[in-house]
Amino acid sequence: MDFIIGHYNYWIAIFLMMVGFYTVISRGNLVKKIIGLNIFQVSVFLLYISMSTVKDGAAPIIADGVILYSNPLPHVLILTAIVVGVATTALGLALVVRIKEAYGTIEEDEIHERDHTL
Amino acid sequence: MTHNIILRVISKFLIPPIIIFALYVQFHGDFGPGGGFQAGVIMSAAIILYALVFGLDAAEKFISLTILRILASLGVLIYAGVGIVTIFLGGNYLEYTVLGSTQIAGQHLGILLVELGVGISVFSVMLIIFFTFAGRGRP
Amino acid sequence: MIDAVINITLLAFLAITALAIVRMTNLFAIVMLFGIFSFLSAALFVVMDAVDVAFTEAAVGAGISTVLMIVTIALTKEQKEKHPTGHRPWLPLMVVMVTGAALVYGTLDIPAFGDPDAPAQTHVAPQYLERSMPETGIPNVVTSVLASYRGFDTLGEVVVVFTAGIAVLLLIGGRRAGARTRMNEREQDDT
Repeated sequence: MDFIIGHYNYWIAIFLMMVGFYTVISRGNLVKKIIGLNIFQVSVFLLYISMSTVKDGAAPIIADGVILYSNPLPHVLILTAIVVGVATTALGLALVVRIKEAYGTIEEDEIHERDHTL
Repeated sequence: MTHNIILRVISKFLIPPIIIFALYVQFHGDFGPGGGFQAGVIMSAAIILYALVFGLDAAEKFISLTILRILASLGVLIYAGVGIVTIFLGGNYLEYTVLGSTQIAGQHLGILLVELGVGISVFSVMLIIFFTFAGRGRP
Repeated sequence: MIDAVINITLLAFLAITALAIVRMTNLFAIVMLFGIFSFLSAALFVVMDAVDVAFTEAAVGAGISTVLMIVTIALTKEQKEKHPTGHRPWLPLMVVMVTGAALVYGTLDIPAFGDPDAPAQTHVAPQYLERSMPETGIPNVVTSVLASYRGFDTLGEVVVVFTAGIAVLLLIGGRRAGARTRMNEREQDDT
């Protein structure tokens, strides 16, 4: 029971990761694929931040009277990862807009059909 | 047009506090949560709100795309430039201790300049992305 | 105790929202649910004492990402998603389950959630926490690590953001939606 209490955060993060992964590989709509990719990214952040928390710890801002702090290094890593993630999402959405203008659709199977006929 | 009256009045009230809050987050990132990224995004959110309520043309008259391109490059230039300045002053690349008389003064100045560069760059890039997306839909 | 209750509630809402995003077909509803998902994860980060990360996730995920997706839906004029008509619908589900099982097997050895003696908390982090105030004089350890100790990574990140801005300008910077008319002209030239 202690084992489950100590690990359920990671398992739910992995479940969210798999939901995002499933959205990317099984749905054909391009915008939905990008949203699935974002769900995957957010769940990876959850996994890292779960590994950095300390029970009864405080946020890593040095203050008087606090002895136990959370680990600040994964916070720095995830901060960078969030901003890089939004840059990638913006670029992916710009590509979707151009694909729609070129092919007239954003469903993956219809794009494959039109690519073979062009 | 009467639907827009409430939105216009509320956003006229809200946009100045949002900008002030963004500046507060930028310069108090040393003492509380915050820093360059958050401040840049919050400031760009204020301008995006202005563009959504008052129209893209009004927002582009306020900040044109040319100025945004210059600001984006300026942000990266400030960050990299701090490193070059520290090389000229005798230290390694991005070694802030040579910027001031004591180590702590140099670190404070270096971190302030670097976060300023980050904030300016993130603000202008978010606005560039939004303006190009929204401008594509115009006939 | 109350921390654990809040934790479990937020995680349950996150899981329900993610499942709803997979199952729904109306694109506008999916984007709104994504905004909710992002905001719930920011709340979870606050509960886990990661205040800087929560700030950034709320501003960037629930703000910029959602706005960009809505603009994309408006530009592409798509309303609904067509259901996939793949040949083998069970294949993605099996791949996902195998990958999930492998990852869960990997987490069996991770130290328990919140353990202060885990190797991640005792190796380098206490040194940064002790040396940040004397060396940089800045109470926020995340800012001092981000801007001073690991400044090169932040320089790379700013350059990545700048590159994304340039790339978006190159892709959709022009005023006209001209590719469609060019494709029509090419078809007329062929016939």
